[in-house]
Amino acid sequence: MSELTTDETPVVRMVNITKHFPGVLANDQVNLTLHRGEILALLGENGAGKSTLMNMLVGLYQADSGEIYVKGKLAEINSPQDSMALGIGMIHQEFMLVGNMSVAENIVLGMKDLPFVPPMAEIHEKITELSKRYGLQVYPDKIIQDLSVGEQQRVEILKLLYRGADILILDEPTAVLTPGEARDLNEILKKMLTEGKSAIFITHKMDEVMEFSHTVQVLRRGKSVSVCPTKSIKRVQDLANMMVGRDILFSLERGPYNPGDIKVEVKDLLVLPVGGGKPILDNISFSIRGGEILGIAGVAGNGQQQLTEAITGLLKVNGGTIFLNGKDMTNKTPLQVIKAGVSHIPADRGSMGVVGDMSVGDNLSMKKYRTAELSSHNIIKRGLVRKFADHLIELFTIKTPNQDTSVKFLSGGNIQKTILAREIDACGGILIAVYPSRGLDVGATEAVRQNLIKQRDKGCAVLLVSEELEELLMVADKIAVMFEGRIMDIVDAKDAKTEELGMLMAGVERRDI
Amino acid sequence: MKFRLEKRDSRSTRMAVLVPVASLLVSFILGAIVLLISDANPFQAYAAMIKGAFGSQTKLQYTLVKSIPLLLCGLAVGIAFRLKFWNIGAEGQYVGGVIGITWVMQFWTFLPSALLLPVGMLVGILFGAIWGGIPGVLKAQWSVDETLTTLMMNYIIIGFAEYLYFDAWKAPRGNMGTVLYPKEAWLPRIWGRVHGGIFIALILVGILWFVLYKTRWGFELNMIGKNKRAAECQGVSIKKNIILAMLLSGAIAGLAGVIDAAAVTHQLTKGVDAGYGFTGIIIAWMSGLNPFISIIVSVIMAALETGSDALQMTMKLPNAMGAVLQGLILIPLLAGNIFIEYRLLVIKNRKEVTA
Amino acid sequence: MNMLDFITKLLAATLAMGTSLAYATLGEVYTQKTGILNLGMEGIMLMGALAGFTTAFNTGNLYLALMMAMLVGGFFSLIHAFLCITMRANQVPAGLAITMFGTGLANFLGERLGPASNGYNLTGMNIPSKFSNIAIPFLSDIPILGALFDVSLLTYALYLLIPFAWFFMYKTKHGMVVRAVGENPRTAASMGISVSKIRYIYTVIGGMLAGLGGACLSLSFTPSWNEGMTGGKGWIVIALVIFSTWNPARVVIGTLVFGGITSLQFSLQAAGLKMVIPSQFLGFSPYLITLVALATMTIINQKKKGSFASPSALGTSFAIDDK
Repeated sequence: MSELTTDETPVVRMVNITKHFPGVLANDQVNLTLHRGEILALLGENGAGKSTLMNMLVGLYQADSGEIYVKGKLAEINSPQDSMALGIGMIHQEFMLVGNMSVAENIVLGMKDLPFVPPMAEIHEKITELSKRYGLQVYPDKIIQDLSVGEQQRVEILKLLYRGADILILDEPTAVLTPGEARDLNEILKKMLTEGKSAIFITHKMDEVMEFSHTVQVLRRGKSVSVCPTKSIKRVQDLANMMVGRDILFSLERGPYNPGDIKVEVKDLLVLPVGGGKPILDNISFSIRGGEILGIAGVAGNGQQQLTEAITGLLKVNGGTIFLNGKDMTNKTPLQVIKAGVSHIPADRGSMGVVGDMSVGDNLSMKKYRTAELSSHNIIKRGLVRKFADHLIELFTIKTPNQDTSVKFLSGGNIQKTILAREIDACGGILIAVYPSRGLDVGATEAVRQNLIKQRDKGCAVLLVSEELEELLMVADKIAVMFEGRIMDIVDAKDAKTEELGMLMAGVERRDI
Repeated sequence: MKFRLEKRDSRSTRMAVLVPVASLLVSFILGAIVLLISDANPFQAYAAMIKGAFGSQTKLQYTLVKSIPLLLCGLAVGIAFRLKFWNIGAEGQYVGGVIGITWVMQFWTFLPSALLLPVGMLVGILFGAIWGGIPGVLKAQWSVDETLTTLMMNYIIIGFAEYLYFDAWKAPRGNMGTVLYPKEAWLPRIWGRVHGGIFIALILVGILWFVLYKTRWGFELNMIGKNKRAAECQGVSIKKNIILAMLLSGAIAGLAGVIDAAAVTHQLTKGVDAGYGFTGIIIAWMSGLNPFISIIVSVIMAALETGSDALQMTMKLPNAMGAVLQGLILIPLLAGNIFIEYRLLVIKNRKEVTA
Repeated sequence: MNMLDFITKLLAATLAMGTSLAYATLGEVYTQKTGILNLGMEGIMLMGALAGFTTAFNTGNLYLALMMAMLVGGFFSLIHAFLCITMRANQVPAGLAITMFGTGLANFLGERLGPASNGYNLTGMNIPSKFSNIAIPFLSDIPILGALFDVSLLTYALYLLIPFAWFFMYKTKHGMVVRAVGENPRTAASMGISVSKIRYIYTVIGGMLAGLGGACLSLSFTPSWNEGMTGGKGWIVIALVIFSTWNPARVVIGTLVFGGITSLQFSLQAAGLKMVIPSQFLGFSPYLITLVALATMTIINQKKKGSFASPSALGTSFAIDDK
């Protein structure tokens, strides 16, 4: 990192920022200072208030109290347009791009000083020039939905540069990138700093903080707990402790690896997109034994979710076979798959895992309502459901006022526990978990991981899809890496190396490593 | 000063009751404005409507008779709405029912007369179910937009019914309408004009409530309506249930037609497309898809219709006033629903905090 | 009557019928493109027809009549916008409510706003003048295509409006915003665009065009007022939006085809075909054809995987605080 001089007026100063959401104090008297040419890492767990703080800086939310100074002047930021006028731009975790519009259209979208008929030729030229200058290769007339995730991120960066932003906020920019792409991003950022731009980047990954930033600021439960130069940090563990407020559990309780019979066997699985094109799943083969956790690593969007949907019967396959608990379950209905003993913790909690407008009790019984345990002759026994739900709420320590509360009023962690409780309770030997700890705080994450391991120790075959290598190395027995619908390789978790997995995730063939 | 909506911690039951009642009141106030604009005294008009709907035994009977098909159409629509399947073709399914029973009554002369009514009812219900099932299949199999298909099918079957009563099935005498059903096959009356159909409707309310709230199928419909994708993940078949629900929805709308034909009109004739499908939508929405509450709402809707007929006779005001009020009810209801899950915050100017 | 004559007449009738549909469809295309589904078209068009007719009847001023129709249409769609955008109501029942209220109110007022001599009824009344066809010399004499140059001012205006609507949608910065709001409101908001404001504006514009479309019926096509005179055209409009694949330029094709079928049906009835096919069958044939076309198009679209996809955010409400 280049040396930083901090004698000038800071480009951004946020003073005593407080923001409430219903039932949550998202930011509590937070101060933040950013200097010219500085990269500030904003570190914190999920839900610590990092994104909220930044969304206020770009005008998507308004603070309840507190002040923001930009380049020395008090700023009133009520909309993203205001922040853009001050040279502040943000790249959100979920890209803000219109899929069916061109790169150029996305870049100039919503610009106030655009003429009635935007001169597209000129705009293309300017984009090309900018992309050359920063080494961000994109074609202005391409349609966004045809671009890769990495390319889309480049468009996001260009969007800010085009508008003359000199303060960039990046929300978990590397979450969707392979380690290699992340290094490219680092290069681009460095180049921008030499031109006097500054950046804040939000992350919860300690190694990125050490590698990218000048200064690190740690948020915990809405409060700023520490600001210090990155160089002064001696041990990563110290950062972690600051972030969590206690020691992270780096190892979970687990029994010895003792694999049993094969419970999941997938052979030559092929899924083609509707309307033709490159296969979504290309000749996937693997097997999972009882008492074994197979982790699926890969950057999101490389076919992991489709793989789990194919196994659970939600997606029809064009070729290959799926054997579950010894039975051929290829292209069977989701109900048949459930009856074969498969439980599924889906990728998207809110839209696939629970019915938000139904009660916790109803959500807990959504798998077993059709069994003799909860109903007879097609009539649901309400008394049994109540007892069943109360039992699970206690067993999995789900925090809810009572079982009649609609699930959507619960916190993310408790919604996930509700799903976990239902799926684990009904599990018949095979458990499929897709991004089960995504967006959860440390406590809930631990509970999820420990539960998965418990199932493994009980003899279940577990398929765990995760985007965090750290999680896979901690939980899985074997790790399969997916890239563009293929399995690049399957390795033993205990002798896997992060670097090697990263190369595979980026699509580098085994023989080339 | 600014207004902002804030999500509540849980659903407000108080609001869930208050909003529909308030909507009814608001629609009457807005209706009064319409009356004022068109030079009529709203108090007199409303008094005339209430008198016209409940003023005497006969009038009450008329209102009740009217509420029977409305209740059934409300139930029919409600089942589809549970799945967020927007069946706005209950009217066509109703007409299907009338065509079905008329066919049996007029042409199945080989049947003993005691069997005419039950068989006619079954065939009518079947016709309704088929007419509801087609959009169901189109939606389930190919996701063809159901608002349009159900509505287009209204126009088709209403045109077809016209052809039948003007032409193909026309009674030899007169210029329209089919042959009257044999007297012994009429659905008997039980109190003045009120006929046995009221029992069928009330029993159906009980059965539907049980099915929707107590059975596995009802649970599945609830899941699909509130989150289709999650229901699918839990092994519930969306396609099968959309088709089943639409068959049932169409069957109940068909039953409404069958009962009205067997007990009131005794033939297929002009006026068979009385707009029950749309009124059914209001009933379903206002009752929050609850069959028991539908009973009260359908009586209110029927009273608006009989009341506005009286309005035309006593005050020479167009009977479309009933439709105006019915249409007006939904607007405050839809606007107010948000307060069940959100509360309104009034924010004074932002507090100034010094650095 | 020779064939050429028949076709020319049919095209003329098609243009007259299609004009009303084209205005309303253009309006609904813009509304839906911002993500708002307005199923209230039937009620709005009927109110537009009534407002236009009463104004023309009372003032004799056709342009004032058009303005009133647009104002009323705009007001009704404003109610829809308020329900769907501010109160975040489900857009389907909200649209149905507008249709029910609009048709009810139009039919009610149609029996109240007429002269006392006619029992306050507007039905059966005539307006002093109407939008009649204006023939362009020479051009209107061309066989068949001449029909294009012997139409009312309302139709001529469309010749300019449709290309402009296409240009506005795909070539201007405002069109870009419209498309972005309907496709990805979150992104639009992050670029400083007020999603609510854009949705309000184009829902109201859509309603104004629908009101205008309704007035085309009562001031030009069949210059009169009749209860329920739109007869389901508001619903056909919703189908035509799908057929046009949300592209203003393609509105032409849908309206011409549907207008053509309806006109053909009338001329066939007039030509005595009802001896062979019952007139009622011809009467519902446009709806049957719409149904079949809708199903076919949806199925083809599925096979081709969304090449005619609707705006992604169509029918969903949006609030920045929703996570």
